[in-house]
Amino acid sequence: MPKETVQLDRVIIRFAGDSGDGMQLTGDRFTAETATFGNDLSTLPDFPAEIRAPAGTLPGVSAFQLHFADHDIMTPGDAPNVLVAMNPAALKANLKDLPRGGDLIVNTDEFTSRNLTKVGYSDNPIEDGSLDSYNVHPIALTSLTVESLKDFNLTKKEAERAKNMFALGLLSWLYGRPFEGTERFLHEKFERKPEILKANLTALHAGWNYGETTEDFSVRYEVKPAPLADGTYRNISGNLALSYGLVAAGQQTGLPIYLGSYPITPASDILHELSKHKKFGVRTFQAEDEIAGIGAALGASYGGSLGITTTSGPGVALKSEAIGLAVALELPLIVVDVQRGGPSTGLPTKTEQADLLQAMFGRNGEAPVPIIAPQSPSDCFDAALEAARIATTYRTPVFLLSDGYLANGSEPWQVPNVADLPDLTVTFTTENNWTNEDGTTEFMPFARDPETLARPWAIPGTPGLEHRIGGIEKADITGHISYDPDNHDKMVRLRQAKIDGIAKTIPDLEVDDPSGEAKVLVIGWGSTFGPIGAACRLVRDSGEHIAQAHLRHLNPFPANTGEVLKRYDRVIVPEMNLGQLAMLLRAKYLVDAISYNQVRGMPFKSQELESAIKDVIANV
Amino acid sequence: MSDTAVPVQLKAKDFKSDQEVRWCPGCGDYAILAAVQSFLPELGIPKENICFVSGIGCSSRFPYYLTTYGMHSIHGRAPAIATGLATSRQDLSVWVVTGDGDALSIGGNHLIHALRRNVNLKILLFNNRIYGLTKGQYSPTSEVGKVTKSTPMGSLDYPFNPLSLALGAEATFVARTIDSDRKHLTEVLRAAASHEGSALVEIYQNCNIFNDGAFDLLKDADSRDDEVIRLVDGEPIVFGAEGQHAVVRNAHGGLKIVPTASVDASEIVVHDAHSSDTATAFALTRLSDPETLHHTPIGVLRHVERPSYDRLMGDQMSAAQSNGPGNLQSLLTGSDTWTIT
Repeated sequence: MPKETVQLDRVIIRFAGDSGDGMQLTGDRFTAETATFGNDLSTLPDFPAEIRAPAGTLPGVSAFQLHFADHDIMTPGDAPNVLVAMNPAALKANLKDLPRGGDLIVNTDEFTSRNLTKVGYSDNPIEDGSLDSYNVHPIALTSLTVESLKDFNLTKKEAERAKNMFALGLLSWLYGRPFEGTERFLHEKFERKPEILKANLTALHAGWNYGETTEDFSVRYEVKPAPLADGTYRNISGNLALSYGLVAAGQQTGLPIYLGSYPITPASDILHELSKHKKFGVRTFQAEDEIAGIGAALGASYGGSLGITTTSGPGVALKSEAIGLAVALELPLIVVDVQRGGPSTGLPTKTEQADLLQAMFGRNGEAPVPIIAPQSPSDCFDAALEAARIATTYRTPVFLLSDGYLANGSEPWQVPNVADLPDLTVTFTTENNWTNEDGTTEFMPFARDPETLARPWAIPGTPGLEHRIGGIEKADITGHISYDPDNHDKMVRLRQAKIDGIAKTIPDLEVDDPSGEAKVLVIGWGSTFGPIGAACRLVRDSGEHIAQAHLRHLNPFPANTGEVLKRYDRVIVPEMNLGQLAMLLRAKYLVDAISYNQVRGMPFKSQELESAIKDVIANV
Repeated sequence: MSDTAVPVQLKAKDFKSDQEVRWCPGCGDYAILAAVQSFLPELGIPKENICFVSGIGCSSRFPYYLTTYGMHSIHGRAPAIATGLATSRQDLSVWVVTGDGDALSIGGNHLIHALRRNVNLKILLFNNRIYGLTKGQYSPTSEVGKVTKSTPMGSLDYPFNPLSLALGAEATFVARTIDSDRKHLTEVLRAAASHEGSALVEIYQNCNIFNDGAFDLLKDADSRDDEVIRLVDGEPIVFGAEGQHAVVRNAHGGLKIVPTASVDASEIVVHDAHSSDTATAFALTRLSDPETLHHTPIGVLRHVERPSYDRLMGDQMSAAQSNGPGNLQSLLTGSDTWTIT
């Protein structure tokens, strides 16, 4: 008898298990199925820095949260409706986030006295009544999986490893997800291991069939596709979108891409991805250290490539001197900083926004660098193109500040039509650019474009334009070494004016204030866009007024920023740091901005932000 | 070298820039600059296809005094920057100018990695065994016990032997020469330029302000014949005014110096820079006294073929593009999409 189907408008599922349980893969596959189904979605992978912490312990718990809906959503969700706990450690670490009445699927096989003791349970919570306020589904996931694979020539351990596919099959049944994509994925992954492939496919189907036959689940749920704008969509993570943006930047500028990089969490995936795209003229160089990574990228830029280096906060610290050199040389360069918790090694796999001031000021001397920050995983694509536009137009290093949440989180992305991407064609200087009084011409490496103040980009191999550049101060126009006081003052101001002038080419800061009656503005930057937006919806749903603005360009700010800030009685600045944007806004615009800060390594919860915003509104 | 080389008739003066040379009068760098300017026309490469990249230090001002493309970069990082340039522009002839502090102290990591990768760089390491630009502190090649501004009781650091280091770092071309020996210097530059891959050329260079006479033992007419071991590929290794010293193998697999008359001619080691085994080249570098430089070999110690990193990277690029360029729309679209109409 077909089971009853209940309509839901949105669901938040969290998969939690041991690092070795394959939770990230399970989450990724469920996300891909959900994307194919057409829901709007947002994800939050949350995993430890250790590759395999001791099995069954709290530090080893790896989780993946997915929010999907029949309408547009902005965050991976504050709290799950459904928690899948593969062992006692996963239950213990995640139960506090599951609201009472939430669905709890537990793998009873792992609730042995040994595993329970390991995480400090004296009694089995499945049996002692402590989970009575939840809707518990105790399932022997491991033994059901092993049973379904008994005809295979596999060791018990190999069979057990397929339990994540059993769980995926069960959840796919529960929410009516298609799983052809996962089948394709498994075929590719285990192409050379046919027995393992068959086992995984069998476990996947067994999970689905278990859902249909077990009496433990009396209903299935349906979340209808979301009415997104017409177009072709795919699911994409921030690191992938950023990588594609850089490949596209090469195509749109007409320049070869050269990535010089040293592996670092959570940026390494960009190196991995770009290394696959040599077909697009993308060179990747895994350097001996962070400094060599940026050095090689800068050397390549000198030679006429678009040099890029990818890293996280600790790597930026090491690259600072080379970024300063790029400022002095006035060559294009993109520095991608996928921010993580700091200081020092900090929280390698967790998110934070605390590198803003490092990007802004972390160099010796007056060394202004433009800063772009994407606001969602898919926005990393457009932000990369914008970074390339500024770097090549203004011959300057540019910071692209992503973060761990954007890097690993994913959302649906309307695939752009390549014909609609901006034309960023770069023209090198190939002829003398200066006419002397006697009518003769010369090449002047520091004669500037009057509009952009950019200097000419004449690359080695160009006959007649041989010139020398370097980190030592250069004379205006000629580029000769100069220790002249007035010249240094002039060059410092010219380099600053060049960066300030970028503001003329960036869009005005837009304000979202549907009622037009808001007295309080909430302004953020980077990955807090989703949580702030969701919080603003909650505020408005409860009948109050709030205006939202979000900065994509952090240096320079959009030209109208000061005017926007002064329009409101109060300005609140939520950040995953201790108030770095707020400090910049206060310094530049003399506005009494109110900081709201969390540095928990996790994105803001929209309900917490909602109450923070309401507190400010109440005190206007 | 360059794939786009065309016959050009350039002269030394064509490589002299209009910038005033600002090294101290009497500095060994002048002799090296003159030798390089005289040698560059020999390459037959248009000067726009030549690029000099330097780090920081006295020697690193070098690019400003040439009319080629050039970059005066930051301390120790020239090999890294030059790696990006050389591997993205196989058509260029890329040279690195560095010093003992720049290459062996702050930039030691980049040097050894450029050498092991065999990036197509000609690295000229001006070794004056002192920090000049910062006014006279000891360097990583200074002798132990050196009294300087930062070591009033004598330095404690044991020095690097740059050529031993380079061989240990898998360098394919390793040579040493002396600033004052124009002919030898030019020969070594010629050999380095002909090598595809990293070429490390250590040039003993006198700093007449902070370490004057550091190489006098190897330069003075009354000592040099007995102190310098001039290596000639394919020739037995003998030295001294009358060829009275010879290099033979010792009982421990290394090398030793004996009177030529005391051994059979067949026992004298014949120099083979092209040997795939680095053991003899390494043993040669160990003949010199780390303090006094007594018995210092000069010339090309090692010159072997191994595909350059630039070529290998270029080959991968070509292989990836063999079926035409990538299609950006296909990449962005991927294989898992859904359409809303």
